[in-house]
Amino acid sequence: MTNSWTDIKNTDLVIIMGGNAAEAHPCGFKWVTEAKANRGAKLIVVDPRFTRSAAVADFYAPIRQGTDIAFLLGVINYCVQNDKVQWEYTRNFTNASYIVKEGFDYNDGLFTGYDEARRDYNRSTWDYELGEDGFVKSDIDHPRSVWNLLKKHVSAYTPEMVERICGTPKDKFLKVAQMISECSTPTKTMTSMYALGWTQHSKGSQNIRAMAMLQLILGNIGVRGGGMNALRGHSNIQGLTDIGLMSNLIPGYLNIPTEKETTFDQYMSTRGFKPMRPNQMSYWQNYKKFFVSFLKSMWSDAATPENNFAFDYLPKLDVPAYDVLRVFELMHEGKMNGYFCQGFNPLLSFPNRKKLTTALSKLKFLVVMDPLQTETARFWENHGEFNDVNSGSIQTEVIELPTTCFAEDEGSLTNSGRWLQWHWAGGSPPGENKHDTWIMAQIYLRLKKLYQQEGGAFAEPILKLDWRYKDPGVPSPHELAKELNGSVLADVPDPNDPTKMLLQKGKQVVSFAALRDDGTTACACWIYSGCYNEAGNNMARRDNSDPADLGTFGKWSWSWPVNRRILYNRASADLNGKPWDPTRKLLEWNGTTWTGDDVPDIGPTMKPTEVGPFIMNPEGSARLFTRGMLRDGPFPAHYEPFEAPIANVMAPKIRGNPVARVFKGDMEQFGEAKDFPYAATSYRLTEHFHFWTKHSQRNAAMQPEFFVEISEQLAAEKNVKSGGWVRVWSKRGSVKAKAVVTKRIQPLTCDGKTVHIVGIPLHWGFIGETKKGFGPNSLTPYVGDANIETPEYKAFLVDIESIPGPVA
Amino acid sequence: MVSFILPPAPTTDVKTTYGQEDLIKRSASNISPPARQLTPVAKLIDVSKCIGCKACEVACLEWNDMRTPVGVNTGVYDNPHDLTPDMFTTMRFTEWVNPESKNLEWLIRKDGCMHCADPGCLKACPAPGAIVQYSNGIVDFDHDKCIGCGYCVKGCPFNIPRISQVDNKAYKCTLCSDRVAVGQGPACAKACPTQAIVFGTKDEMKKHAEGRIKDLQSRGFKNAGLYDPPGVGGTHVMYVLHHNDQPQIYANLPNNPRISPVVELWKGATKYAGLAAMAAFAAIGVIHHLVTGPNKVSEEEERKAEELAGKGKTS
Repeated sequence: MTNSWTDIKNTDLVIIMGGNAAEAHPCGFKWVTEAKANRGAKLIVVDPRFTRSAAVADFYAPIRQGTDIAFLLGVINYCVQNDKVQWEYTRNFTNASYIVKEGFDYNDGLFTGYDEARRDYNRSTWDYELGEDGFVKSDIDHPRSVWNLLKKHVSAYTPEMVERICGTPKDKFLKVAQMISECSTPTKTMTSMYALGWTQHSKGSQNIRAMAMLQLILGNIGVRGGGMNALRGHSNIQGLTDIGLMSNLIPGYLNIPTEKETTFDQYMSTRGFKPMRPNQMSYWQNYKKFFVSFLKSMWSDAATPENNFAFDYLPKLDVPAYDVLRVFELMHEGKMNGYFCQGFNPLLSFPNRKKLTTALSKLKFLVVMDPLQTETARFWENHGEFNDVNSGSIQTEVIELPTTCFAEDEGSLTNSGRWLQWHWAGGSPPGENKHDTWIMAQIYLRLKKLYQQEGGAFAEPILKLDWRYKDPGVPSPHELAKELNGSVLADVPDPNDPTKMLLQKGKQVVSFAALRDDGTTACACWIYSGCYNEAGNNMARRDNSDPADLGTFGKWSWSWPVNRRILYNRASADLNGKPWDPTRKLLEWNGTTWTGDDVPDIGPTMKPTEVGPFIMNPEGSARLFTRGMLRDGPFPAHYEPFEAPIANVMAPKIRGNPVARVFKGDMEQFGEAKDFPYAATSYRLTEHFHFWTKHSQRNAAMQPEFFVEISEQLAAEKNVKSGGWVRVWSKRGSVKAKAVVTKRIQPLTCDGKTVHIVGIPLHWGFIGETKKGFGPNSLTPYVGDANIETPEYKAFLVDIESIPGPVA
Repeated sequence: MVSFILPPAPTTDVKTTYGQEDLIKRSASNISPPARQLTPVAKLIDVSKCIGCKACEVACLEWNDMRTPVGVNTGVYDNPHDLTPDMFTTMRFTEWVNPESKNLEWLIRKDGCMHCADPGCLKACPAPGAIVQYSNGIVDFDHDKCIGCGYCVKGCPFNIPRISQVDNKAYKCTLCSDRVAVGQGPACAKACPTQAIVFGTKDEMKKHAEGRIKDLQSRGFKNAGLYDPPGVGGTHVMYVLHHNDQPQIYANLPNNPRISPVVELWKGATKYAGLAAMAAFAAIGVIHHLVTGPNKVSEEEERKAEELAGKGKTS
């Protein structure tokens, strides 16, 4: 989230699209009800289904899954056509006026530079034109200004085109567009609440880009009650990405070097991040400080200036990333022998279950670390039609290491709003369950011992890892949190007064501002720096005072970065530093410094007229045109899902996202609309949390049995009775389910064709208190987002038939 | 933006502790008025804020230490499908197309005991002290005294009490009388993430409802209103409904609930017959033949009730 949960109460308009906050985030949703009850805020829900969020919405509009970009670009087009743009914001705080290189274009659904064979673009034209001074040229009236290119790009997305692609009736689309466009005034804000409904597409990143662009031209980023608010599905999934538990990241969104970046200097050469406009902060200029401090945190004394701070110890990627799809692809090819599965249930979580079972069966060993029994740990066990495997033919050795639940742990959880909230253990783990940290430490110590005794190739990174914990077998949550914060490794004298110390050896650093690139500081995760400094454990703070009564709660826990509650908050004030909306003041320039209720997202004495609010970008402004930073285009464009009920009406020859990675053999596994005529989508239900709560008897009683949802019209066509049994199948698998026949799903008309939607919730498996059931991943295609490989779970094709129920 | 700011939903608990000395009604008994009058309490369920998450259902099970069996899906989201002796509250989901706007509305009503000011269950109950009402309005069952006759089921205009097949006693929501008695609100209200369920004094709740109704009217629900039906003397569980002119669309919430005239007659009979227990039981024979309906008391229960009444005959 750019903002926080508590800030949602300040909004005038909530748009839930690409998510279902009331069902998937009921506790966070309370802030929507606060905004509605106390501010008179309105709620819009745009979704293929009339969800429980829609049940409390002021306006609901249906949309076909996988067409959000067309809808959102349609809204941008509406705002452009009707001059509903926050112009002062757009001109000054975005790259609208920057001039794009000659040669950049978009035709027939493709941007300049497409190479069909590689399924990739040459992105060299997707950039700005630089002036002689080396800075980006700026002229909003130039025919190649970002604004004029955007205007042209969105002009195709007329209300008629939106209706044709999305199936949203024109009048409903126009009503939504009109309600949104009202938030272009400086005193009205909209918040966007989204989740997996946008990410789980082959163009997930661009779904989010499209809304971010809309929010920018409405002036809704950096302000109270605004923002792009990703609702994270797990209490600590924000923490997971922050800490870099991705194969291509190290903590704090730094990158793992690739195999082409064999030296430290080479790695740093593309991470200079010099300002692209005069006076801009371009905060990533500090990259080296964060990176060196990370290396120091890993290898301490073994990381020296002479060995480039042990840069060579870091693994180097030979592919863009070892995302989950690639991992299971390699497993499927028999190229992976062992798999550590920590807090994960891939057999139900990743697409194309049949492929997953085959892949797991080729492993030599599988280690499952989980507090609960998972289907993955039992993938080899025959459970009749629910897991129909031949156990005798599977040789994989499965080792289960029972771990603890969050309530048996001490530590911090990072919520969607970037708040690191410390929590204490509520009970002791049962039986032989052990904390994950204990298990990891024990594995590490045993590995180290083996290397010490027997030697091995390239043992240094393991032998020299800094492991100075009080009890090496159990690093404590406090020790680990202090490492994340960072500390001073050597005294640093004050350059202005050598009698004083700038940094004192042994102290915790106050924040990442103190980090250095000379090896005198260590910090495991720069964005978390400040969470546990000399003031103590700031994450454990529980002061719920809120002086402005606007939901800031600055003394409750701690949020990254540097306890800032709203990112880009300098943009809450105009070019001269006056708040756009005085009743929702966040920051104000008093002539010499920034003042206000939040930690300024800009140097506290940086003049508002000189330095732009988007300090992480070398431009100093926000990007409507994202240059070559996303693989599938500097602007979002409508692409159909890989399995779609109609062809792409804007570019009929293009299937799916033209640059999404498709592994050999998976393209053939995509189904066609003529064979699989119905548009399916998958989702969660409020009664359950993923695959956990099916172990809880009371949750199980609330939603006991797997079902699929279809419209009354499709039920009539297929002779399906509500509460009766159906079989649903795709090209990859088949499931049996109860049918919920409902008015909440309506057929849509897209490009003149009736499109029926089949809703498939995900919570059932073959273990637990609920009735045994299937998951949507028996059906879903093996393809992910073009940039980050999140599987396309939300839009695929199926067929359905009524079947007799099991004989009682 | 609307011009009014609502007061925050009351979160303060009603602090008065109470006990047997605060009873104002006791089934099949005459009691002297209590020395003091407790402040009437109420639970307000704002249907327009409810997201149907069922946290209240689970909280109810947790607090009352109950488990309800894992059922099946019958083509709807209602699970469990009905109130049971192990499930004092359940969400009833209704898909309703508004004939005016043509828009679908998904009406989600938390069903459970309404805690009527004039409780039909208590009036119908022949077992002395099995059903009681405190002066704060809470209607509670005393299972030690319950004879399992099922007359409370027939007396209830909302079809709430359920007879257990295990111990043959009647069960329903207690409004967490055990929690309220020590100054805490009901478990369901505590668990509700959107404050669709709030608890406080009945006056506070009515005032809070006024603000909610004003908000709903500003959003075009011109018939939004408070459901506090006078036919049963008002209730201590009230609803804010977007369409208060047609409560029946909310899974058959009675439009104008009243205690069955048969039960009223029975109540009259007891008066004239005096309050001797035997006389009361004699009257069961009379109404037994009068009372019929969908909530049929099981043969077994009838038999037991009549055994207790000394009749010794079966129907």
